[in-house]
Amino acid sequence: MASYSTNEFRSGLKVLLDGDPCIILDNEFVKPGKGQAFNRVKLRNLNTNRQWERTFKSGESLEAADVIDQEMEYLYTDGEFWHFMKTDGSFEQYPADEKAVSDVLKWLKEQDVYTVTLYNGAPLTVTPPNFVELEVVDTDPGMKGDTAQGGTKPATLSTGAVVNVPLFITIGEVLKVDTRSGEYVSRVKN
Amino acid sequence: MTDRNNWRPTASLAALESRAQQLAWVRGFFARRNVLEVETPVLGRCSVTDLNIDSVPAYPGSASPSPRCHWLQTSPEYPMKRLLAAGAGDIYQVARVFRDGERGARHNPEFSLLEWYRRGFDDSDLMTEVAELVCGWLQCPDPVTLDYREAFLRFAGVDPLATDDHKIRARCEAWMGQDQLSGMLRDECLDLLMSFCVEPSLAELGPVFITGYPESQAALARVSEVDGVRKAHRFELYVNGLELCNGYWELTDPDEQRARFELDNQARRRAGRPEMPVDEALLAAMHAGVPDCAGVALGLDRLLMLKLGVTDIAEVLAFPSDRA
Repeated sequence: MASYSTNEFRSGLKVLLDGDPCIILDNEFVKPGKGQAFNRVKLRNLNTNRQWERTFKSGESLEAADVIDQEMEYLYTDGEFWHFMKTDGSFEQYPADEKAVSDVLKWLKEQDVYTVTLYNGAPLTVTPPNFVELEVVDTDPGMKGDTAQGGTKPATLSTGAVVNVPLFITIGEVLKVDTRSGEYVSRVKN
Repeated sequence: MTDRNNWRPTASLAALESRAQQLAWVRGFFARRNVLEVETPVLGRCSVTDLNIDSVPAYPGSASPSPRCHWLQTSPEYPMKRLLAAGAGDIYQVARVFRDGERGARHNPEFSLLEWYRRGFDDSDLMTEVAELVCGWLQCPDPVTLDYREAFLRFAGVDPLATDDHKIRARCEAWMGQDQLSGMLRDECLDLLMSFCVEPSLAELGPVFITGYPESQAALARVSEVDGVRKAHRFELYVNGLELCNGYWELTDPDEQRARFELDNQARRRAGRPEMPVDEALLAAMHAGVPDCAGVALGLDRLLMLKLGVTDIAEVLAFPSDRA
């Protein structure tokens, strides 16, 4: 297995730390003039999504993690697994377990394309695109005269996600939503 | 295609102008004091034996069947001491130096060092002159002086001279795992605490000299016993938490110097690093007689960072290593 020494560390590199795959976010080199050099490294544990800070003696190395990102289309769920398919024409399918999809479930729409992070060939996490378009399945009736001024109300989307929307939004409309903030962006004209 | 812009300097043109002004200011400072500007080779047959400094090798004459390895200097210290032994008097040099693998917000593998030697000065005389040069240029308050031991007691909660190795190592657990720490030497643990505890705390003190380094970190400084403890006559200046210079009341005893070189190489062997050839020309000069003197090396790029209030060395370099 390949490994990276501290002087190869850069953001985006995927390494194994304490047995978990991690992505390096930041690497700071420190050295007292005549003394031992260290690398202060910020990493995100891809298993737990938690951020770690660890220090290494310069010259130490970490094993590379077999982690790759793949664009895949979401197909369906059988209740136990969520099935994704590569978009490269190979039709290869990958079942993702609940842990891998738990963060993305409320944005998961069949036939949409997601970034699936594979670790040792199995889905580790699924990341939605920054914006998704989803239909409103439930919300209070709209009120006339409330088109421009501030008020909002909750709306339930086809995937089960609940977002705050302007008062004029009605059932059946399709909305553009930012998955990073969970916020309403705009109506989508059909 | 961000690479397409990599021909551009990372420093602003204003920063390059400040660099030129700083250089003129430094030369004026030494001209007024009758200190002679000298130049010594960048490419030498020997380099330093320091455990934690890696030299960049170079192979001049590599067309011949067995080119001999030379080194790019990590500091002009040894040839300047040879000049002192030859009677050069007070000397200074603005030198380009190289330290392999050192790259970060405060480091570039190639950088500018101002180094000077004053005959008849001891460490405290030289600290006064360093303060005049640095504070004159930065227009900052005079540095306070803090003993290395005192700084550790105050900011790291350990006594670098008396606390046992086990407790010093335990103090490092906030940054490293037990498996990493088990192989760490005492001085390495002290370096870690210096970097992550002491230095950040020094930022609040403004300019501060750290003095009285442990004997194990004497490098090329004399050592003497103060209050029953052996300490090196070595000082460093930190300004706003940025390490700026490293000075010594110089060791002039060739036998002691040879013994330290050998200890360095033993430490290099233990650490699995290549041994470095000992600079016999320096030792011969010391035998001939390096006069009593104090010397200091000051990072000019960092001095400029402080002058301009920037936090990344790339902002004061035309072309840092990734654009060189």
